[in-house]
Amino acid sequence: MVKPRPTIETIWGWLADVPDPEIPVISLVDLGIIRDVCWQDDDLVVTVTPTYSGCPATRIINLDIETALHKRGIASLRLERQLSPAWTTDWLSDAGRQKLEAYGIAPPQPAGGPKQCPRCQSPDVERISQFGSTPCKAQWRCTSCLEPFDYFKCI
Amino acid sequence: MSAALFEFLTRMGDNTLVLGHRVSEWCGIAPVLEEDIALANTALDLIGQTTLWLSLAGEVEGKGRDADALAFHRDVWDFRNLLITEQPNGDFGQTMMRQFLFDCWHVLYLDALRNSSDARIAAIAEKSLKEVTYHFERSAETVIGLGDGTEESHRRMQAALNRLWPFVGEMFDSDAVDQEMIAQGIAPDPQALRPAFDAKLTDVMAKATLAIPGDDFSHAGGRNGARHTEHLGHMLTQMQWLQRAYPDATW
Ligand SMILES: [Zn+2]
Repeated sequence: MVKPRPTIETIWGWLADVPDPEIPVISLVDLGIIRDVCWQDDDLVVTVTPTYSGCPATRIINLDIETALHKRGIASLRLERQLSPAWTTDWLSDAGRQKLEAYGIAPPQPAGGPKQCPRCQSPDVERISQFGSTPCKAQWRCTSCLEPFDYFKCI
Repeated sequence: MSAALFEFLTRMGDNTLVLGHRVSEWCGIAPVLEEDIALANTALDLIGQTTLWLSLAGEVEGKGRDADALAFHRDVWDFRNLLITEQPNGDFGQTMMRQFLFDCWHVLYLDALRNSSDARIAAIAEKSLKEVTYHFERSAETVIGLGDGTEESHRRMQAALNRLWPFVGEMFDSDAVDQEMIAQGIAPDPQALRPAFDAKLTDVMAKATLAIPGDDFSHAGGRNGARHTEHLGHMLTQMQWLQRAYPDATW
């Protein structure tokens, strides 16, 4: 008996439930790093692009994808890495941007700095450092409520 | 395999490996927490880029060596990094001056490599350039802030520039490997990047109120492995210690 294989849409839905290991409020799909999902004969091929070339979460992300799909019964899975086009924060989904802000991380802005403090919504913010606790973040501070916060770097 | 292509790829990977390791030496001891984090993140980007370059080098070589084998199982004379990357950290100012001079070259070189005839190289350059552009912004800003800072910070930044200046010329040297890369459309002519480098340098040094040394003597021997400075060997004893003591140990 041949079991019907899940559709590509179904698999995208499963991947949308896999959280980013460093910022678990957003999924790998929200982050925009899943570039393609397709069947090649009996293999499921998932193409992933790294956020930063040295991001230590990359291996965990691959492991999490494998675990999630194996759990759903995908037996033959191949993960492919795609470097070009390079990941950009433009690929963050709108839902992802909203979840980041609600979590206390200011989403990326083309202007290069946060639009407002994610806690009190004040536009009066200043940069503490161009880098932060993970490669994708920088440290900023609100000059109204004085709270420091993370800003998701725009690249 | 092409011997020149392998040589070119190890030059790229060894630059980011050696500088990445050097910068990581600050982890936990930088002047303030924010700078500590910034340096560690810069090092992380560079080590990530190293994995891309040296993996491709191993693949091109075809002898079964991966990025780890190339990073940990080679000795000083096999390294092809620019001499500037192996220079000791010195004080924070010297580290940031070294970073600025390297970033300034790195941005231009990667930008040109995006048009490489080898799609694998173009993809690594495209990825790396985004990270390195960010490094350049930070190192240029820091050099300006410290150069045009207090009397003490100005003095130290000028001393750092004077100390590192003889290592700048090597970035623009060109040899048979470069000629082959240029002929195949794989990489740009390093000499052709000098005017753009000088323009960026002049701009930043003017804002930093620092004087560019007039003497253009430059050391050579890193990118072709002929003669590294004494510092690289000492660095490798730290970086490669575990793999030398316990070959092929895994995590
Ligand atoms: Zn606030």
